[in-house]
Amino acid sequence: MGRAPSPFATKIPYEEKDLKIIGSNPTARGDAVDKVTGRARYASDISLPGQLVGRVLRSPHARADILSIDTSDAEALPGVKAVVCRDDFPDMEVEHAASGELMVNFRDVTRNMMARENVLYDGHPVAAVAATSDAVAKQAMKLIKVNYKVLPHVIDVRDAMKPDAPILHEDQFTKGVDPKPDKPSNVAARMESKLGDIEKGFEDAEIIIEREFNTKPVHQGYIEPQASIANYTEGGIAEVWTGTQGHFVFRAQIAKLLKMDLSKVKVIPTELGGGFGGKNNVYLEPLAVVLSKKSNRPVKMVMDRDEVFRATGPTSGTNVKVKMGCTKDGSITAAQAELNYQSGAYAGSSLPLATITVFTRYDLENVSVVGHDVTTNRPKVAAYRAPGAPMVAFGVETVVDEMAEACGLDPIEFRLKNAAKEGTQTHFGPQLGPIGYIQTLERAKAHPHMQEKLGPNQGRGVASGFWFTLGAETSATVNIGEDGTATLIFGTVDVTGGSRSAFAMIVAEELGIPFEKVRTMSGDTSALGFNFMTAGSRGTAAGSMAAVTASRKAIARMCEIAARKWEVEPDQVVWEDGRARPAGANVGDFEPMTVAELAKEASWFGGTIAGHAEINVAQGGPGFGTHVVDVDVDRRTGAVKILRYTLIQDAGKAVYPEFIEGQFQGGAVQGIGTALNEEYIYNDKGVLENPGFLDYRVPVASDVPFINTEIVEVPNPDHPYGIRGVGEVPIIPPLPAIANAIHDAVGIRLRDHPMSPPKVLKALKEQMIVEAAAQGTAAE
Amino acid sequence: MAKKYVNTTINGDQHELLCDATQTLLDILRDELDMTGTKEGCGTGDCGACSVTMDGVLVCSCLVMGVEANGKSIETIEGMADGDDLHPLQQKFIDHIALQCGICTPGLLIASKALLSENPDPTEEEIRYWLAGNLCRCTGYHKVIEAVQDAAREMRGA
Repeated sequence: MGRAPSPFATKIPYEEKDLKIIGSNPTARGDAVDKVTGRARYASDISLPGQLVGRVLRSPHARADILSIDTSDAEALPGVKAVVCRDDFPDMEVEHAASGELMVNFRDVTRNMMARENVLYDGHPVAAVAATSDAVAKQAMKLIKVNYKVLPHVIDVRDAMKPDAPILHEDQFTKGVDPKPDKPSNVAARMESKLGDIEKGFEDAEIIIEREFNTKPVHQGYIEPQASIANYTEGGIAEVWTGTQGHFVFRAQIAKLLKMDLSKVKVIPTELGGGFGGKNNVYLEPLAVVLSKKSNRPVKMVMDRDEVFRATGPTSGTNVKVKMGCTKDGSITAAQAELNYQSGAYAGSSLPLATITVFTRYDLENVSVVGHDVTTNRPKVAAYRAPGAPMVAFGVETVVDEMAEACGLDPIEFRLKNAAKEGTQTHFGPQLGPIGYIQTLERAKAHPHMQEKLGPNQGRGVASGFWFTLGAETSATVNIGEDGTATLIFGTVDVTGGSRSAFAMIVAEELGIPFEKVRTMSGDTSALGFNFMTAGSRGTAAGSMAAVTASRKAIARMCEIAARKWEVEPDQVVWEDGRARPAGANVGDFEPMTVAELAKEASWFGGTIAGHAEINVAQGGPGFGTHVVDVDVDRRTGAVKILRYTLIQDAGKAVYPEFIEGQFQGGAVQGIGTALNEEYIYNDKGVLENPGFLDYRVPVASDVPFINTEIVEVPNPDHPYGIRGVGEVPIIPPLPAIANAIHDAVGIRLRDHPMSPPKVLKALKEQMIVEAAAQGTAAE
Repeated sequence: MAKKYVNTTINGDQHELLCDATQTLLDILRDELDMTGTKEGCGTGDCGACSVTMDGVLVCSCLVMGVEANGKSIETIEGMADGDDLHPLQQKFIDHIALQCGICTPGLLIASKALLSENPDPTEEEIRYWLAGNLCRCTGYHKVIEAVQDAAREMRGA
């Protein structure tokens, strides 16, 4: 999001046509063999001759001023080739830029990468070392003397909003408040969004439900820790191999932070071992470049897992208040929310996205949303798959469940009665185009899952989710080889391995050649024009727009070659079924030419065949999904077991259906992890207590059942094949769907995340006390 | 600190090396022998990305010291395929789209192979519990379980 949509953004109208390749499941996925043989190269697999090991010294304190840093002893240690700290990086002015779905401010990016005046969270980098071995680097870090003045800290979003809270930034005055406040605040910004008349909406309501929800930060939990290797050469060129979701954005940030020309920074994206939004931000890259510059050697830096948890972005912890009203027959009349989102040490949470997604499943007349972006002594938050949305869905979708119950309506019927559809006016601006939300509800209602019998302490829950599809800058090149095979160079990062094959299918479909004759490969920052990140579910959706555009330009070039050979005008040649043909009988009697035949003659008729795309794709084609979950609640332990899970989502057009199923399943299981186990736990000193997979427990294979999936296809009208983004919606509904299922199973409403055994047990005990008291009253 | 002599067999090939007493088997594979197919996700034995077998026993190579590999036979992902012929598990992982980003895949494959050598006909539950030590953040495990079931069927000749 972040930036306003450009009026020059590219839309290509959807065309319904018979497809030969798109929608099939190719057997030869481009990335798979290297991944099953161990040959795929991730950032930490790359080594350069003479490389050093880089390590980061991190703050042990949640908040402290840095009085001094003395690196002299570390520098004197044999084997240490460079030490850097705040003095090695230029300070930055306030300047905002989009970095994935979230905005960044370079003043803060440089401070988050390397602390300057103060440290603001446990794990905040204060220095970095390059040495001949890991052991020497670790020894050197012990020799760096940092003199801290420890200050009071604040971790919880509600505490940070209190008037007497420790203030992280003395120069931070709440934006969006008129007049400008005269005192600094941890509330960095207040946002407001309205539709209709909320007061009247509540006057019209016969049932009003008002609830408060709290969620803890959760981490993306990618299995590959951040890793980067930088080589700064004598010519003043920086080459950086790194695991990133957007190498062009990283190039821009490295150049900005180190005051280098863009042309002198080359970022080579490696295979990515999971990102989910967490690899939208630079952490190690600028440090590795400066260490390399200072040591005149390549420097490789790989984070330990505890560094990943302590210092890379989790989501926001949140406090969400939802108040909704409806009539007795189940029409929503008013929807109000207050969203308090913790942004970590620096301003800029996913609040703007939460504001957009909060109620956008329903066709509403009266909406009011107020949000606060709040700084706390935690790592700066990063995007995590549908950033901001699961937490607001937790509130809204469970309140909707309560309203349905109060109306005596089935939760799917209640949603159908209020569902967003084409023409629905959103509270944040645009009207919705054709969408498949109602279809997901209808398909859920008809699913065999709904007929499965539930036993004692078992329950069923339903919830829905919405996410948009980001557009933005996208570039690609299609090169036609002399033998008629095609190579697509793409610049969006293929985060999961699916878009490479999807692009190959799309190029093959466009050119009319077999899938096996198209190879797709990622281009580094020197190979293509700027590409925005793979974020906002845009990877395949936007990347394929560039692939189509580049393919069509290559086709135009091939038609031109045929025209020259036939000595006719280019507009007298058409492209059909993978061949250049005369546009009509009057053009002449020429044998149609295939890609291979044209490629063979290309040189004579002007040169190599290629097509380029450098476009800014229009944002659009939002996705909607509905989930149904059955749970079993163990009343003795409070453990919640997922018995059955069904997910139905509109993909617009499923280019590679089995891969989309995989994304659905993966997103749902991440959502299950969020719902039941995952949370950041800080002690009273503000130190993270669970920075490892043992205590930060992501779902394992035995925690989950098979995830049933169904794909709805309502084409995105602004995409030539109707594609919508699919990656993010699946993580939104699990949290509320499971909460609703727990209520259905044992009658408790959980509003504090995660719904881990101690919380479930506590709620069950409270329920027993309430019930016992009620019985006691009844007995009197 | 004096280095220790280690003589170990990896995927059938003998390797002699001098290793630091603090190095793990994972460090030796990745940093000394450039066998980067085995991945490090946590370094604490929680994620299973570094799974290898040592004398046929499934281990996290990040929890095995390098010197312990002396005289042992190690199998890693690099030794799983027979030339161009993928192991049935590798092929089924591809066929079922049991991998996305792929960082956990070598570990999952090694662990699955160890399972099927002990139990050629595991139930879904047995597969899920056996693989509970291998974290995958992309797939939700659904297609991984299907791939292992299908490979088991094929390997049994069923």
